[in-house]
Amino acid sequence: MTDIPNTFNLDGEPIRFEPGETILQAALKAGHFIPHLCFSPEFKPHGSCKLCIVVVNNRTGSSCAMKALPGLEVQSDTPDLNHRRRTLLQMLFVEGNHFCPGCEKSGNCKLQALAYDLEMFNDHFTHFFQPREVDASHPDFFLDRNRCINCELCVRASRDVDGKDVFGLAGRGRNSHLVVNSPSGKLGDSTFAKGDKAAEVCPVGALLPKGQGFKKPIGARLYDNAPISQSFGVKEEV
Amino acid sequence: MTEAIVEPEILEPIIARFNGDPGNLLQILIEAQNALDWLSPATQGFIARSLDLPVTRVAKVVQFYTHLYDTPRGKYRVLFSHNITDRMAGSPALMAHMLKRLKLKRGVVSEDGLVSVGKTSCTGMCDQGPAILVNNRAITKLTLRRIDEICDLIRAKAPLANWPAHYFRVEDNIERADMLLGSAYAPGEALRAAIACGPTGMMAEMRKSNLRGRGGAGFTTAVKWEACRDAPGDERYIVCNADEGEPGTFKDRVLLQSFSERVFEGMAIAGYVTGARKGLVYLRGEYTYLRAPLEAKLSEMRRNRLLGMSICGVPGFDFDIVIHMGAGAYVCGEETALIESLEGKPGHPRIRPPFPVTCGYKNKPTVVNNVETLCKVTEVALHGGLAYAGTGTRQSAGTKIISVSGDVERPGLYEYPFGVRVSQVLEDAGAYDAIAVQISGAAGQCLTPQEFGRRIAFEDVPTSGSFMVFGNNRDLFEAALNYAHFFEHESCGFCTPCRVGSALVARIMEKIHSGHGARYEFNELTRISQLMSTSSHCGLGSAATNALQDIMKKFPTAFDRRLIKRDFEPGFDLDAALARAREVSARDDANAHLDAHLAEGADA
Ligand SMILES: Cc1cc2nc3c(=O)[nH]c(=O)nc-3n(C[C@H](O)[C@H](O)[C@H](O)COP(=O)(O)O)c2cc1C
Ligand code: SF4
Ligand code: SF4
Ligand code: FES
Ligand code: FES
Repeated sequence: MTDIPNTFNLDGEPIRFEPGETILQAALKAGHFIPHLCFSPEFKPHGSCKLCIVVVNNRTGSSCAMKALPGLEVQSDTPDLNHRRRTLLQMLFVEGNHFCPGCEKSGNCKLQALAYDLEMFNDHFTHFFQPREVDASHPDFFLDRNRCINCELCVRASRDVDGKDVFGLAGRGRNSHLVVNSPSGKLGDSTFAKGDKAAEVCPVGALLPKGQGFKKPIGARLYDNAPISQSFGVKEEV
Repeated sequence: MTEAIVEPEILEPIIARFNGDPGNLLQILIEAQNALDWLSPATQGFIARSLDLPVTRVAKVVQFYTHLYDTPRGKYRVLFSHNITDRMAGSPALMAHMLKRLKLKRGVVSEDGLVSVGKTSCTGMCDQGPAILVNNRAITKLTLRRIDEICDLIRAKAPLANWPAHYFRVEDNIERADMLLGSAYAPGEALRAAIACGPTGMMAEMRKSNLRGRGGAGFTTAVKWEACRDAPGDERYIVCNADEGEPGTFKDRVLLQSFSERVFEGMAIAGYVTGARKGLVYLRGEYTYLRAPLEAKLSEMRRNRLLGMSICGVPGFDFDIVIHMGAGAYVCGEETALIESLEGKPGHPRIRPPFPVTCGYKNKPTVVNNVETLCKVTEVALHGGLAYAGTGTRQSAGTKIISVSGDVERPGLYEYPFGVRVSQVLEDAGAYDAIAVQISGAAGQCLTPQEFGRRIAFEDVPTSGSFMVFGNNRDLFEAALNYAHFFEHESCGFCTPCRVGSALVARIMEKIHSGHGARYEFNELTRISQLMSTSSHCGLGSAATNALQDIMKKFPTAFDRRLIKRDFEPGFDLDAALARAREVSARDDANAHLDAHLAEGADA
C-alpha cells in the first residue's frame, strides 16, 4: 500500500497518476510498459485486444479501460499474465495470415514486436487460414486484411479525428472484418487520403503506404535494436 | 433475383414510421427484410442515405445479426433450432428429411429462389421441440409428417398466413405453479398497491423483499433501482430483458405469452420508483409471434390508464413502453450489448464501468431487468417486502421458475420456492434415468447424480432457469460439442480470447469427435478455457467453457473413449489429403489409404 494520494502500485512500484487517467495511461507516462495493441494515447480506449490485462484485487481487467485509483495494487509483469498474453498473441497470429519475412511492416510492427518481447516462439495453434480480401484500389495505400487484427484504431482515427468514418468492423465472431465506407466497398472509392490520421495508426501491416518498400532496411527498424518494452514511446518514421 | 432494385415505396413508409431515427436502424432493417425477404446492397444504401449514415454503419448491423440477410435466402427461410434438446428430440433426422424432400443443401437457396433451410441457436421451444422458425415464426412439435406437409405448402407457395393456424400454437406447459404462475391477478392491483406506498415506500418494500435478479447474475434489484434513481440525469429508462437466449430457457416466453400485464406493471412500478418515464422491451427475434399480442396488451393497458399519462389518475406518474425486436444474437442478452442493440448498433458489450444504472440507453441512467424479475416486483407490491422474503432461502427469497426439458416425461415450467433440490425437480418432471442435468444453460454447470441433492438457490446452484436433463443413453460429449458450436457462433467477436478461443475450442472438439484427438487436444481445451474464463471482455466469453470443463471433469469417459492413444495427431488429416491422388489414380483399395500403412508400422 502506498499512502501518497494519486499513486497506485504497479508490480510493487509506485506510479503517480492524474485523476481520470487509466492504469495503462499512467503507467506508460511514468515509463512503465504494459503490453497493448488496441490502445493508443490519442484515442478513447477500446478494450478488445486484451494484451493489456492486469490483475487488480485478484480480478483480471483491461488496464487501458480501468481508471487508476489511489492505493490499487496492480500486477502486470507476472509469469501468469505474460503467459496469457503470449497465448493471446498466438491466437492473433493463427487467426490472420502473417508472413513476417515478406511484410513491409516487419521490424516496425507492434504485433511482431510484442511476440518477440514476450518470447512467443511459435504459433502453437492450428492456423485458420481464412481467406481475407486484399484491397489495392487506392493510389497511395494498400489494405491487406490478412494482417488486420481488428483493433479498430483506423476506425477510431477516421471517425474521431479525420471526421470521415471511412472504416468499420462488420460481421460477428470470427467473421469480424474491416469494411470500407464507399459505394463499391473499395478503399480507392472512399474519401480516405494519405494525410489522414487513419493512415498512420495501424499497429500492424494491414494499412500500408504504396510506392515505398524497405526504405529503412531490416535491422535498422523501430524494434530491431530495442524491444518494444523499452522503446514504446518512440514513433515510427514515415 | 440478385438484381439491385430499390423499393422506395416500401422502404420510405418504414423509415418514416421510425422517424428516420438512426437509433432505430435495427428496427428499420428488420421491417425492411420482412417486406423484401433480404437486404440487398441497394436496400442498405437507400436506408443509409435516408438516415444520413455511412453505409458501413448499416453493413455492420446487417452482418452482425444472424437473422438479417445480405444475400437472398428465399421467400421461405426455414431454420431448425440447433439446441441439444431439439437434437435429442430428433431434429437432425427431420432436417435431413426436409433437405431431401426439397432437394436442397443446408444453407443454400433453392435454384428458383423459393426456399432455404438452415440451423439456428436455441429458439426457446425446448419443451415442445423439435422446433423450427419459418420467416421468424415458430413451429413446434415437428414430426416427419408435419415436415412433409410444410414442404408441400412451400412448394405450393402458400403464404405463411394461410398455413394451418395450429402449426403455430405455442403451449405454456405449466407443470407446477406457485406464487407467480398460480396466483390470481387483477389488472392494476399491483400498480395501485405501489402507488399506495409512494415511491420511497415502494423502494423500502423492495429493499425488504431482498428480491434478486432472475436473469442470471442475481444482483439485488433494489440496489440497482436505487443507483438508477440517484444517478444524475434528466431522463431515465427501464429496460425489460426479453432476449432469453440461454439454451434451454423458455420461462420468459410463457410469462410474456400469458402473464404480460405483470411484466408491464412491474416495469411501470420500476418507473414510478426510479423516476423513469419510458420503458423498452427487448424481445428476441425468435419470439416475433408474441409481438402483436404484446402490442394489444399495451394498448389495453393504456386504455385502462395503467400506462400513459397520469397512470391510475396520479398526476405526474407518466410511463409508457415500446417494444424493440432482436434479430438473432445471444450476446444481446448481456445488458450492455442489449443497450447497444436498442440503440440500433451491433451488440458489442460496452466497457464497464460505467454501468447502465448511471450510463445506459442513450447514456442515461437505465435499469435492465429480466422478465421474471419484473413479474416478481408485482408480488412485492401486492404482498409487501417482508411477506415476499418469507419464502425461499436466506439469500434467495421467493420462488423461481425452472424451464425443464430433455429426457423427462413432462417437460415444461416448474415453479418452486428457492432451495428446492435438483432431485425433487427430476422426480416431479418424471426423469427416471438421468445421468446429468445441465443447469443454467450452455454457460452453466453440469450436475451428476451425486449432486442431485443440491439446491437451486444463489448460495448453491444458481440458475437463470434452464434445466436440461440427459438420460442414461445420452453421450455428454455430444452436448459439449453442441455448446462449443453454440459459443463459436454466438461470440460477438469483439475481444481476442473469446473470438479466437471459441473458434479454437470448436475446432478441437470436432477433431476429437472425428476420432483424431489425443490427450494433447484434451489438455489444450483446458488451457484455452482458462484464458477465456479469466480474460474475456464479457460474460459470454468468460462462461463459454464452464459446461465443457464440467463435462471434461465429471464425465471423463465421454472424452477418453474418443481420444486416440498416441500423444499427438497433426491438425490436418493426412489420409484425407490423399483423396485427390486416389481419385486421379482411380484407386480406393486399402493400400491407397494411410491407415493400412500406419497399422503395418504399428505391428512391425
Ligand atoms: C452472454 C449473456 C447473455 C445473457 N442473456 C440474458 C437473457 O437472455 N436474459 C436476461 O434477463 N439476462 C441475460 N443476461 C444477464 C444480463 O446481463 C443482466 O444481468 C440481466 O438482464 C439483469 O436483470 P436481472 O437483474 O433482473 O437479473 C445475460 C448475460 C450474459 C453475459
Ligand atoms: S503485420 Fe506484423 S506480424 Fe503480421 S506479417 Fe506483418 S510484420 Fe508480421
Ligand atoms: S487495419 Fe490496422 S488499424 Fe485498422 S483495424 Fe486492422 S489492424 Fe487495426
Ligand atoms: S490495449 Fe487494452 S484491450 Fe487492447
Ligand atoms: S466476444 Fe464477448 S466476451 Fe469476447
